[in-house]
Amino acid sequence: MSSTLPRNYYDFFGIERKLTVDTDVLQRRFYELNRHWHPDRFTRKSPDEQAQALEATAILNDGYRTLRDPVKRAEYLLTEEGFPIGEQRSKDVPPELLEEVFELNMMLEELKAGDESTCSQLEGARQNFLDMRASIERELEVLFAKYDAAEAHSKAAKQALQEIRGVLNRRRYIENLVRDVDGALDPSIAVAETAEDRL
Amino acid sequence: MGTLQIDFGEDRKSKIVGIDLGTTNSLIAYMDLTGPRIIEDSEGRKIVPSIVSLSEDGKLVAGEPARELLLTHPERTVYSVKRLMGRGVGDVQEELKLFPFRIASDSESVIKLNLGDRTFTPPEISAAVLRQLKNNAEAALGTPVSEAVITVPAYFNDAQRQATKDAGRLAGLEVLRLVNEPTAASLAYGLDKRQDGIIAVYDFGGGTFDISILRLHDGIFEVLATNGDTHLGGDDIDNLLLRIALEDVETEWGQDLSQDSEGVQRMRRAVIRAKEELSFVPEATVELSYKGKTYQRSIDRTLFDRLIAPIIERTLASCRSCLADAKLTPEQINEVVMVGGSTRIPRVRTAVERLFKAKPHTELNPDEVVALGAAVQAGILAGDVENKLLLDVTPLSLGIEIMGGVVSKLIHRNSTIPASATETFTTAVEGQRNVLIHVLQGERELVKDCRSLARFDLKDIQPLPAGMARIEVRFLIDANGILNVTARDARTGKEQTVEVKPSYGLTEEQVEAMIQESFDKAEEDMRERQVREARVEADNILAATEKAQKNEAWEALSDNERRAIESAKRELRAVYHGNDHRLINEKIDALNHATQTLAENMMNTAVRGALRGTKID
Repeated sequence: MSSTLPRNYYDFFGIERKLTVDTDVLQRRFYELNRHWHPDRFTRKSPDEQAQALEATAILNDGYRTLRDPVKRAEYLLTEEGFPIGEQRSKDVPPELLEEVFELNMMLEELKAGDESTCSQLEGARQNFLDMRASIERELEVLFAKYDAAEAHSKAAKQALQEIRGVLNRRRYIENLVRDVDGALDPSIAVAETAEDRL
Repeated sequence: MGTLQIDFGEDRKSKIVGIDLGTTNSLIAYMDLTGPRIIEDSEGRKIVPSIVSLSEDGKLVAGEPARELLLTHPERTVYSVKRLMGRGVGDVQEELKLFPFRIASDSESVIKLNLGDRTFTPPEISAAVLRQLKNNAEAALGTPVSEAVITVPAYFNDAQRQATKDAGRLAGLEVLRLVNEPTAASLAYGLDKRQDGIIAVYDFGGGTFDISILRLHDGIFEVLATNGDTHLGGDDIDNLLLRIALEDVETEWGQDLSQDSEGVQRMRRAVIRAKEELSFVPEATVELSYKGKTYQRSIDRTLFDRLIAPIIERTLASCRSCLADAKLTPEQINEVVMVGGSTRIPRVRTAVERLFKAKPHTELNPDEVVALGAAVQAGILAGDVENKLLLDVTPLSLGIEIMGGVVSKLIHRNSTIPASATETFTTAVEGQRNVLIHVLQGERELVKDCRSLARFDLKDIQPLPAGMARIEVRFLIDANGILNVTARDARTGKEQTVEVKPSYGLTEEQVEAMIQESFDKAEEDMRERQVREARVEADNILAATEKAQKNEAWEALSDNERRAIESAKRELRAVYHGNDHRLINEKIDALNHATQTLAENMMNTAVRGALRGTKID
């Protein structure tokens, strides 16, 4: 048994470094690797082996969480390929969203001023953002395929990654907008919604 | 003649036991060749009440004897201590209104309870229950028991888990794994026979509520989501009924019984009896005869159901959150398993059935199923059960405090454990040697709304200009759901010292000191017993000598021999009241030696007498 564990999630699962992943295969590998590595299987082994099992299952579980989710998977691969997505904060509005953000802020101000009638407008805005998110997801699928078809580290691959980074940033921005709307509509929901990534 | 030895081979090895350390009751189980089995005490009882009392001679007694002492010596007795595990005084103010916990004034991050004139922490109290279970198991199995799987509510946080582990260590048990109670129950049910499916485990016990949703796949039990409330259980129902009964008494007797701890305990028993009856009959009576007065009140199921409706609704709200986290609808749940004594309540069963649209499993005794599951997990760890594997999750998100009192989440709730996250920290001023990291658990955004776990002090950082140090800190939640933190200097790769200051609970040093104390205590107990035994033997030999001195054989001794015996007697009496058993034994030997001729003479006299046919005394 090798004493050094692959740190890269794709390598650990023994799958190709592609953005499109067969989640059934991933789940099967997850179960197989757990049967082998789970700390329960190492109770009667040496402390070193126990430590390695703990390490391996931590990578396995972290990796499964990352790879089974398209957005987290893309973010991970971008970082691994040298395209860190960085800290996208609400300050930098993507140009194509400027108009929506302006209108949303107006509505939020009105609601804060006590105008309850903006609630239905906000609902409409919320739906609009959810639709945008859905279309982003379709956009991502296409870009994933584009990256997977390109040769690794080629110019085409890099270009695809750059495009994906842009789309992911836009997506994250929209996520924050949905959160703002939810928080304005029902402050008690805000806590629950922000607790869990809605990915 | 030697005795026949039978070698049971593998079976002789010391067993890993499975323990359900409950709020109200505790059980211990093990795996035999046929499956998991609950271990009974010497009187055939499976349940050990989680009640602990300080006896007159300063020892902690647990279980049935303590249950009796709860009535006669309530001020030295404590129950439901699981509610206090891993909590601080500030957390338990609500609890204090309803439970007769006597919190010592010097309680800070660890609660201390007064029992008589002494104080004990919750892990020490729980350790007394565990010790009782361990003794029962050792007596029944005939082997020492030193390794255990202990179950905890799925929704227990890090401090509560750590406190449970501490209790195990204090009881002389190596806790090989903490298993979540609902997950353990699913193991006991053997639902993996159905190959694939989604199951929900509704675990409503004495003091805690958990809901877990699992995916079963070819022997793998994968928890998808869990939710719950570590302060919601049958206890709360008892308290509702108790409050009504005490109000009645105040009106009827004109007396505030709530100030009389024995009266309250007797009434508590009466309402519990009525509550339990109501699971089987439509109407029950709360009855109490106390100090010449009697109280009677009948409660029917309609009233009972109305009383407990808000409690049931709280459990259902947890179930809905859990379904949402698992991204499932109730229709997608194939089977529902009921665990915990409170699931005997018919109203609970119908509410769960309605929510999940599936008839819940109640075949196994809801009091025993968790301990049975713990034994199966023990079998998995021992390598005896090979086809099953549990993949559990962490119930609460883990984060660190960042600027502005905000929590930045590192590991989200419902992540499969072990799980990890790495963060890089740096220094804010030139030459800074320490970085303090505040770790919290909870779902809220702000530090004040989350549960503080501990502060980790990264020490001995190489002095560098501000922002130049790079300390990589790894947060790892292990398979027990307990956080481990390690740090290394990313520039040099050197391991960095991390000092842990737990916010609630005992420090490593405190646990070590308690273990040492219990060893010392055990030694002290052993010495005391040896002294007592030596004195008994001294009594015997002194009495025998006195008696022999009246025998004619005494007269046959020389003066020297007689003087030697008298002096040996005196010497033995001189050390008799001392605390050194070895000295007493030494003098016993000396007297034995001095009286050897006397004994021989007596024997000869006896033999001669017997030959002559005369009877001697």
